[in-house]
Amino acid sequence: MSTVTLASRRRRAALRTLAFMSPWLVGFAVFFAYPLLSTVYFSFMHYDGFAAPTWSGGQNWGYVFEHYPLFWPALRNTLWLVLVTVTLRVVFGLGVGLLITKVRTGTGVFRTLFYLPYLAPPVAATMAFAFLLNPGTGPVDSLLEKAGLPAPGWFSDPAWSKPALTLLALWGIGDLMVVFMAALLDVPREQYEAAELDGASRWQRFRYVTLPAISPIVMFAVVTGVIQAMQCYTQPLVAGKVASGVIQGAGVQFEPGYPDRSTLTLPQLVYNLGFQRFDYGSACVVALVLFVLSMAFTALLMRRRGGLIQAGD
Amino acid sequence: MTQVLDRPVKAVSRATPSRRAARRRALLEWLAVHSLAVAAALFFTLPFVFVVLTSLMSDSQALSRDLIPHTWEWGNYRSVLSTPGFLTWWRNTLLYAGLGTVLSVVSSLPVAYALAKFRFRGRNLSLMLVISMMMLPPQVVVVPMYLFWAKQLDLSGTLWPLIVPMAFGDAFSIFLLRQFLMTIPDEYLDAARVDGCGELRTLLRVVVPMAKPGIAAVALFQFFYAWNDYFGPQIYASENPGAWTLSYGLESFKGAHHTDWNLTMAATVLVMAPVILVFFFAQKAFVEGVTLTGVKG
Repeated sequence: MSTVTLASRRRRAALRTLAFMSPWLVGFAVFFAYPLLSTVYFSFMHYDGFAAPTWSGGQNWGYVFEHYPLFWPALRNTLWLVLVTVTLRVVFGLGVGLLITKVRTGTGVFRTLFYLPYLAPPVAATMAFAFLLNPGTGPVDSLLEKAGLPAPGWFSDPAWSKPALTLLALWGIGDLMVVFMAALLDVPREQYEAAELDGASRWQRFRYVTLPAISPIVMFAVVTGVIQAMQCYTQPLVAGKVASGVIQGAGVQFEPGYPDRSTLTLPQLVYNLGFQRFDYGSACVVALVLFVLSMAFTALLMRRRGGLIQAGD
Repeated sequence: MTQVLDRPVKAVSRATPSRRAARRRALLEWLAVHSLAVAAALFFTLPFVFVVLTSLMSDSQALSRDLIPHTWEWGNYRSVLSTPGFLTWWRNTLLYAGLGTVLSVVSSLPVAYALAKFRFRGRNLSLMLVISMMMLPPQVVVVPMYLFWAKQLDLSGTLWPLIVPMAFGDAFSIFLLRQFLMTIPDEYLDAARVDGCGELRTLLRVVVPMAKPGIAAVALFQFFYAWNDYFGPQIYASENPGAWTLSYGLESFKGAHHTDWNLTMAATVLVMAPVILVFFFAQKAFVEGVTLTGVKG
């Protein structure tokens, strides 16, 4: 084959790749690269959306970190959600996954019932939980009282609002259950049989056979859980609004994080600063904090060794 | 998967003392597992049950502590459906979810195909960037995106800022489809190429029919993403109630009907129901998609 046709063939292949990739290349430039750079740009500008943006140096950064009263509570809450919710999600998801692999009767029914809450739209699920946990009229507290247990204020009590959000997150565990179940069923049965012959106890079999085999999925659950917790927006916002009885509509202002800033998360601050206070510059500072945190966790996901998603093959 | 799940309890044929003990242990284990499963099932289903029951209560009873409706107020659902705006929110949601799903599947498929089956320089980098986009909270880029759509194109108060970007490949769909296409053996593609098929024809005639389950899963995820989206409509459509979607409108419903938990829960049921109905018709695709997200690529 002559070199000319080889070169032209290569060029054709490159063009073909370019053509197939083009929707994403455009999307990447317009909806990722450009706005990301603009976010950096605006974080150094004073901009209220009307007057032309003016250079403000590090002012927005100083404002967010030192004077904006909502930043540190939001960061603390986000970290709380990351630590507590993610841990419980993984433990509970694995537990439910294990349980479903042990169920012998009515497996399909149980699996479907466990999975359904995952499908509930977040706003609808949050509204439902705000009602269920509503102090005074909600069924949960009335059941607790009937059982002689103390009835917490849930979304209306700063000490209980984050646990209530966690409960909501645990209710929607269906996706994790499916992933864990698939992984558990993939563990080779011979390994269990060999361990059993060696006299391994139930716990030892779990510890030395099951856990190592599913560790990539545990890791997957941790990292996706962390990213989910960092993006947590709709649930705390809706729960806070419903519990505080705010009436929503165009132009209605509400203090985010009800009660007492306990359900504030970082994504809510971007909305608060940018779209309630029209301080786009400071909103971009918080956006960048969120960006750095989420990319740090993404990097963990894509590590060459021990990472979950291997780009190469 | 189901075969393993459905495996029956080991049959014990003869009852010698040690076998009887083993059988008792198996029975106890069966009981323990199933009572745990029932407890879990209650945790997962009772919220639905209470929501539906409350949606059928009278106004005053919804505020009481009774759990079962005294009279079954089916009319609540009629009131919700006739609330001004509710049907518009349905239409908008179907438009956003339907059009968005079609656009994102059509635009993501060739990208996923290239990432899975072409060898080219920058492929790994592209894949890493796709994954980064997938992990990016929408709030990171929302300020410039909003300014772009609202100030430059004057399209705030419409659903276009939500729908149009879906025509440019969605990172999550690309990733999921790529995971799926990796499992299709190259031999099929080579055979098509030998027969003189161009890449586009190979994709449409050979890959698409084989990738139907993956495509179905991605389409469902996209549909529900749009159906559930709250942040997008809040940013772009909040100023114009005519452009609200169900997820966004539902919350305002609680505001408009201040203490009417019964109507609010009826509306909640009406927003949840389609999702759950679709699930029953497309269970397999769903579970397949969820499993794929956790699979090594």
